[in-house]
Amino acid sequence: MAEYKILVVDDEPGIRMGTRRILQNFKVDYPFMDEHIEFVVLEAATGEDGIEIIDREMPDIILLDNKLPGIQGVEVLEYVKKKLYDIVVVMITSYASLELAVKATRDGAYDFIPKPFTPQELRGSIENITKQLFLKRMTQKMNKEGKLIRFQFLSVLSHELKAPINAIEGYVKMMNDRQFGDDMAAYQEMIDRMQERIKGMRSLIMDLLDLTKIESGKPVQHLESVNITGIAQISIDTMRPYSIQKDVDIYLNTKEKIMMDADPNEIEIIFNNLISNAVKYNRNGGRVDVFIESKKDAVVLQVSDSGIGMTDEEKARLFQDFVRIKNQKTKNITGSGLGLSILKKIVDMYHGEIDVQSVPDKGTTFTITIPVNAQT
Amino acid sequence: MKKTVLIVDDDMDYLFQMKIKVEQFGFETITADGQKEAEMIIETTRPDLAILDLMMENDDSGFILAYKIKRKYPDVPIIIATAVTAETGMTFDINSDENKQWIKADLFLDKGIRADQLQKEINKLLKI
Ligand SMILES: Nc1ncnc2c1ncn2[C@@H]1O[C@H](COP(=O)(O)OP(=O)(O)OP(=O)(O)O)[C@@H](O)[C@H]1O
Repeated sequence: MAEYKILVVDDEPGIRMGTRRILQNFKVDYPFMDEHIEFVVLEAATGEDGIEIIDREMPDIILLDNKLPGIQGVEVLEYVKKKLYDIVVVMITSYASLELAVKATRDGAYDFIPKPFTPQELRGSIENITKQLFLKRMTQKMNKEGKLIRFQFLSVLSHELKAPINAIEGYVKMMNDRQFGDDMAAYQEMIDRMQERIKGMRSLIMDLLDLTKIESGKPVQHLESVNITGIAQISIDTMRPYSIQKDVDIYLNTKEKIMMDADPNEIEIIFNNLISNAVKYNRNGGRVDVFIESKKDAVVLQVSDSGIGMTDEEKARLFQDFVRIKNQKTKNITGSGLGLSILKKIVDMYHGEIDVQSVPDKGTTFTITIPVNAQT
Repeated sequence: MKKTVLIVDDDMDYLFQMKIKVEQFGFETITADGQKEAEMIIETTRPDLAILDLMMENDDSGFILAYKIKRKYPDVPIIIATAVTAETGMTFDINSDENKQWIKADLFLDKGIRADQLQKEINKLLKI
């Protein structure tokens, strides 16, 4: 159990007592936090007393009335801000001075609670504040420990894994309950949706396996002389059934062997991702063109498609983990949003560069340039 | 007259399943598959309650939508449903001044909530 200290600064004894009573047995818990949080209420009748208690006790939350006998609430707020204390300040005000409260909020108060408040309102506010404070502190702590990115990754991952399981579970339950009587078509529809979700999960898991291989963090190790054109061909063959289904033609425009020192698995992951995206985000009857070129000091891989393209704003987010562009055009296309971030990690290992040219509704070209002598 | 519940989620399966559930509780439903569509709906229609997913077009679509619904219809109760509550805090900048003033949900719910509990929460918010 954790304990947050709440300081009430108000000259009305009724408010102080009320707050104490309302929060006495109140607990806040949060699904992913191991423990719940309880509250101790401290009281001050004036701003001066308040400041003294703040310095001594370091409360987590302050409920602050503005109209006080001596110094005003906003001055207490200023003090807390000046000292850079990690305290959430909430103004309690009567409706009449709402304007002032709004101003205080701009000056750094977290929120305000209009007075008089019901126990329910107070608890609700405290619950929100507590959650946010908890998250904020956890974020700071993890930032310090360098764990935040990992945590974000895991929390999005758990979302991505849970969503299809929830969907499938939901359908199984509906079928089990014979929700649609003997309307077989309705059940068939559910089966199709479940298969789609399973497919999505499978591709996510495959991507994750790729990712763990790369994330083991080592620089490229199994360098061997590989024929890039050959790998592109393998990748195209793998994608063929899918491209036929979507009526998209894939052309390998480079015929000659192009050799390079690389890990063949990694080059295959690059092509698989680019070509599968080029097919997936294409239109019916569209095409995909693959080029490989050997330059003096680099090998250039290029995959172009005649697909839906993307806006500049969408382009900017492409390579982040789990980013999927959500719009009308991509609505019914499943994917994990990991493919390109994996690709980027690999290209980085080779000190290569990725260029994306894209025009909405015209198509997209990914160009990857890998230097040939500067590899690790 | 039956009350109308607006359900917004970009996961079409969740949307469909939620719709069936809520209809079984005896409500009318309107569904939208994202923030944009939902915004169009509220232009012309006042639901009696709204159930919103949090992460749709953007990580905070649910919040924005909640804000817009409340601005237009202050009395409409709003439930924000999330799959992992961790989503809410971590991907979303809780400290920015802009954000903290407008998180206007009446209730946060876990998406995995049981149907009977969901029904109880909805009834409570609708005071029935
Ligand atoms: N060739 C392309 N044309 C248009 N949009 C694309 C293209 N390639 C990628 N995108 C956009 O970039 C996003 C991220 O792609 P990424 O490959 O990382 O994930 P994904 O396709 O969702 O999943 P997967 O890893 O299963 O392929 C996609 O959701 C898509 O919107």
